[in-house]
Amino acid sequence: MVLTLAKPRPIWQIMFSTHHTDVGLMYLIFSIMALFIGGAMAIAIRVELFAPGAQIIADAMTFNRLFTSHGTTMIFLFLLPSASAVGNYLVPIMVRYKDMAYPKLNAIAFWMIPPAAALVWLGMADFGWYANPPYSVISAPAPAAEMWIFGLKILGISSVLGSINFVVTILKCKHPDMSIGKVPLLAWSFLAASTIAIMAIPTFAAGLLMLLTDRLGATGFFNPLVGGDPIAYQHLFWFTFHPEVYVLVIPAIGMMYEIIPRFSRRPIFSHSSGVFAFVLLSIVAFASWAHHMFATGMSFTEKTVFMVGTLAAVPASAMHVFNFLATMWNGRIKFATPMMWAVGGIALFFSAGAGGVVNTAMPLDFITHDSYWVVGHFHLFVFGTIAFGTIGFFYYLFPYVTRRMYNEKLGVVHFILSMVGASLTFFTQHLLGLYGMPRRVFDYPEIPEWIAMNQIISIGAMIILVGMGIFLVNLIYSSARGKPANMNDPFGLGGKYYYPYSQLNPHHDKAGY
Amino acid sequence: MGHSNWPEWIYVAVVIALLVYVGAEAWNIENLIDHAPEDAEIIKVTAQQWFWSFEHADGTKEIGELHLKKDHAYKFEIHSKDVNHNFNIPEFLVLMDAVPGRINTVWFSPNESGEFDIQCREYCGLIHYNMRAKLFVEGS
Repeated sequence: MVLTLAKPRPIWQIMFSTHHTDVGLMYLIFSIMALFIGGAMAIAIRVELFAPGAQIIADAMTFNRLFTSHGTTMIFLFLLPSASAVGNYLVPIMVRYKDMAYPKLNAIAFWMIPPAAALVWLGMADFGWYANPPYSVISAPAPAAEMWIFGLKILGISSVLGSINFVVTILKCKHPDMSIGKVPLLAWSFLAASTIAIMAIPTFAAGLLMLLTDRLGATGFFNPLVGGDPIAYQHLFWFTFHPEVYVLVIPAIGMMYEIIPRFSRRPIFSHSSGVFAFVLLSIVAFASWAHHMFATGMSFTEKTVFMVGTLAAVPASAMHVFNFLATMWNGRIKFATPMMWAVGGIALFFSAGAGGVVNTAMPLDFITHDSYWVVGHFHLFVFGTIAFGTIGFFYYLFPYVTRRMYNEKLGVVHFILSMVGASLTFFTQHLLGLYGMPRRVFDYPEIPEWIAMNQIISIGAMIILVGMGIFLVNLIYSSARGKPANMNDPFGLGGKYYYPYSQLNPHHDKAGY
Repeated sequence: MGHSNWPEWIYVAVVIALLVYVGAEAWNIENLIDHAPEDAEIIKVTAQQWFWSFEHADGTKEIGELHLKKDHAYKFEIHSKDVNHNFNIPEFLVLMDAVPGRINTVWFSPNESGEFDIQCREYCGLIHYNMRAKLFVEGS
């Protein structure tokens, strides 16, 4: 069940396994691969925008295909699978069950992802990760668009199957002695995120089919030439993908809930307020979708309703931040690599949330909308919060997966480079947006402020790249040659705070893996 | 549950108070700028891949250039001939989507004369990055 490179298991044993740790391992490896593929696309984009004029990308078409694939890759092929990796490893153990509720379905959900990824990467569609009609109906070239549509369709089904599995595992397979209130917060985060996914995804699944039949010319739901309404698509899209933001961010917060108490050597400040905030967040997640659409010509009333719905998500998020800080307060904190990532993630989560309040305040949205501000804003979420929590958790899981320790110094350097790089890149993007630079542009006019800020952003991206290179070296080298981990207390926190699962779980062998 | 949690509730109350303040302020300002003045001159804006054209109230048409007078209110009626675009004058914070099949309106009154950029802020395909026009505001 573990990846020990000193004594490797035959690869087909892992590939054809349905055990939750093996499926988790495949999710893990796939998501890290996708992180580097999506990252390479980001670097190409940043090198291109380092200066006005064409730099390394030959034409606008290639650039448009790159930013579309970058977004699709990072959201659907890195962030979602990386959360599934963590959930597969730990949710069954945390609810004290032998495996996921439906092990075969679990393996199927994973194996749907590689073909979907092949469709996305071989097609390279050019309509942005959101595929807004009428562009996606009348202008986007085939077959890339169809390949993207089918790829997303498969990913949606995979996501729903995985979510059903988590919900059933947590609600129906938890140990009879464990009440739902006692389920650890990491498992609670998967329960909340999976419930949102099951409720949100069908809407876009319908939208995708309508988009496909529109492209085939059979229907005209979103095609204004035959009386359709392109704005209807945006409603279907954001009804799924605003809640999807929470599907991504809630597991990352759950991972912080696992890391922060352990490395503060204190129990979580309030388990019940963490649960309460998760439940609240998964309800208000559905009240804010149209804040992405203020500029499509919405009425004053509509804008007001969705501004209030969006602001309603803030107290629940703020409760998590409070819970983290209150746990760390007076704790004996050990700043090992996972803790650094979690704390850095909280800082960037707070900044991202503050930026979100600005975006939804109606008049201010008309300043930031579709500018680089928004790019900076959501990257603070997806990279600064979600990827920070997830990468920190990858370090935390490392001894569990490989029975070896990663190199702590390299882990710290990776964190510092990512924190500096992310701050340079994403905060500067906010400023650049206020100077009026639109998103999704292949080239820009020679405005001195724009050039300077684009160069700072590209340098920040390079710093992140160096950090990720160190990450990769650390992962590969340490899983083969790292020091054997003390499996009772790999981080030297004082036994009782780490890996309590082995004692609690009768189905996992006594060493805890 | 189990232990006293009052600092968290005070904190949540402060957060909610801040949000109510931001929301109320946003509502007030949006209410103020939502309606164009009665005497605003109407300018029809047409977006298409990948240029802007304008039609003044007196029937004058312009392509890629727009000439306006300082301290005079204008109301733009924006529509698109093909895909979604976004009409944006960053200097004056004017921003509104151009959607085929719909007419969206936004108004402004330039308080500065000179030459300004008009750009497309919503991804619209191949030459989205260069879908630009010039705004000339002539002093009174």
